[in-house]
Amino acid sequence: MRIGLIGQPNCGKSTLFNQIAGYKAETGNFSGTTVTFTESKVRLMGTIVDVVDLPGTYTLAGTNPAEREVIKYLTSNEVDVVVNVVDASHLSHGLSMTVELMELNIPMVVALNMMDEADRIGIRIDVDSMVARLGVPVVPMIASKGRGIQPLFVNAFQVGQKDEKPIQPQYSADLERALEVLVHDLMDVESHLKPRALALKLLEGDLEIYDNVVKQRPALMGDLQSIKDTLRHQRGRSSEWVINGERVAFADEIAASVIKQGMRRTTFRDKLDDILLHPVFGYVALVLILYLFFQIVYSLGGLIEAPLMGAFEHLEAWLVALVGGQERFFQQVLVGLVQGISGGVGIVLPYLVPFLVGLGILEDVGYLPRVAFLMDALMHKLGLHGKSIVPFILGFGCNVPAIMSTRILEDRRERFISAALSTLVPCAARLAVVFGLVAFYLGPVLALGIYLFNLFVIALTARILSKIVPDTSPGLILEMPVYRVPTVRTVVNKAWWRIREFIVEAWPLLIVGSVILAILNFINAALYLNILVRPISWILGLPTEVGVPLIFGVLRKELSLVMLGQALGSMSFGDVLTPVQMITYAVFVVFYVPCLATMLVIRKEMGTKVMWQIVAMTTIIATLAGLLARGLSEIIF
Amino acid sequence: MKLLDAPKNQMVKIIDYEGGKGVGFKLRQLGLCPGREVKVLRFAPLGGPVMIDIGGRSVALGRGIAGRVKVEDI
Repeated sequence: MRIGLIGQPNCGKSTLFNQIAGYKAETGNFSGTTVTFTESKVRLMGTIVDVVDLPGTYTLAGTNPAEREVIKYLTSNEVDVVVNVVDASHLSHGLSMTVELMELNIPMVVALNMMDEADRIGIRIDVDSMVARLGVPVVPMIASKGRGIQPLFVNAFQVGQKDEKPIQPQYSADLERALEVLVHDLMDVESHLKPRALALKLLEGDLEIYDNVVKQRPALMGDLQSIKDTLRHQRGRSSEWVINGERVAFADEIAASVIKQGMRRTTFRDKLDDILLHPVFGYVALVLILYLFFQIVYSLGGLIEAPLMGAFEHLEAWLVALVGGQERFFQQVLVGLVQGISGGVGIVLPYLVPFLVGLGILEDVGYLPRVAFLMDALMHKLGLHGKSIVPFILGFGCNVPAIMSTRILEDRRERFISAALSTLVPCAARLAVVFGLVAFYLGPVLALGIYLFNLFVIALTARILSKIVPDTSPGLILEMPVYRVPTVRTVVNKAWWRIREFIVEAWPLLIVGSVILAILNFINAALYLNILVRPISWILGLPTEVGVPLIFGVLRKELSLVMLGQALGSMSFGDVLTPVQMITYAVFVVFYVPCLATMLVIRKEMGTKVMWQIVAMTTIIATLAGLLARGLSEIIF
Repeated sequence: MKLLDAPKNQMVKIIDYEGGKGVGFKLRQLGLCPGREVKVLRFAPLGGPVMIDIGGRSVALGRGIAGRVKVEDI
């Protein structure tokens, strides 16, 4: 048995999925976090079932690739039952998708999520009459607290086994007549959709479905057009708005008949936007929040880093003494090994952990779309839209999900620019380099300076790119989710999921890389790698030895810091690098070639050509930015 | 009247919208279709987006789009 989870963005679908599947889907309090299908096996009533988390979409109109994929998947017979997650606090809106699912005539169950939120705003829902109206089981639940999940899946399982279909929504008489004619015409047309659903999609103007039908039945084109014309004549608007209006009316009517509106309790949360989106205080708050965020990350990181690094230095000295001076090769390898391990534990984790926890809180609270709202005007000056800020912000965690999240942008141009720009956003790994090098030795203000400089370079690049590829899209349309108090469980889970990725994927690579470098160092091969990078390191006034850490940094960005210590022969960077060199190096690392994982995701999402374009672009930008940083910091120091 | 010109905190009804299919699809996704009642909540400064309330949800619209949605008083 396979169960598909579907729902509108921000209805808590991914939260539900994570509750049953452990932590596998990225959740966040903004639209479109889930951009790929995630599947998980779950034990249910003595058997194993597959649960698929589908991308969050508002409608099933097939207006963007994600929606089209969802419709195809739902009707492909691969799914036995659909769980439609609906936000109970915005019932009529959520039901508009339920109506579309009912049209598809597949077995389904409605999960009435966020009952606590509905209760907070005084909404009482008569579940029994909802069941009667929809003809499918309706299970009230609170996914974030794990309530109602068991009955939900028991119901889903039963519906799937019995193959129970929902009631077909009935629309106004004139539309029903039009549908009847079309259904008759479409009886023997091959499609993944049933005739009635197919007729509705045709009237709705789904181009892909239209092409498919016309290819099979060219004669239908005339009929369809005359039906559309009649509808337009009768209703005074085009058929897609007629269909949409009918669905909305149907959903509204059901919602109105099952909701008992009680007293709405106005809480602090309702007033929060008055401050956080205020034309003046909103920006003050934005700066303050980001400042606090970085301050906390830095101070927590520093608190842990210094004693940890001290301990590792002792360990290293003790091990070297233990091996003795005779075994030069073994000694080198050992030092490389310890430095690889300490690089992971001592430098990256102290900053990565607080950063990811903090980012998780900001995401779940629902602050990120507010940032998009505040920054939209500014983003427009760069030739972009506020929505493009989402990949940027995710990019601070890791560029890989940032690239994936560009799928929420419908426009190809917007996608390309956002992807290219988000590779310039310093991810958590590069954060470790900036903090471990600049903040640790030169103070947090300069680290913040590098971040501001980074924003400046991104803005400049955006201007240039948006001039090269002109804008065609209409503008920002973005839902502002309700503020929510994040649960410890989701924040910890999310942070753990992202940290685990580092421990499992990056750390071993880091240790291996560190050991390989130690060996290369021993046989003096590093010399050749360094010569390869020499043109760039020479321009930037950096020591020749930075070549190797920069090359290995493409594997994982952390390596460019850990291996720097190895290459220079000291982890006390203050003794071997001048402040200007530290800043220049950090700036170059922030911008140059995205890491291997990011490159591969770009290739997968947008093709090999785009990947190489971005690689070339970032190399040029990094060199120019490095030069600029060198010039600026020579003035300061 | 355009949504962009609607007074703050006053319910208005969407009657029509101007512009291509793309805008229409996107507005429809968020439930902003003719017949719906909405309320302008706030404007972002410097020509930024307009935030409106629709059935208890908040949606931000760029000014370009808000300028193409026709509304009437109720």
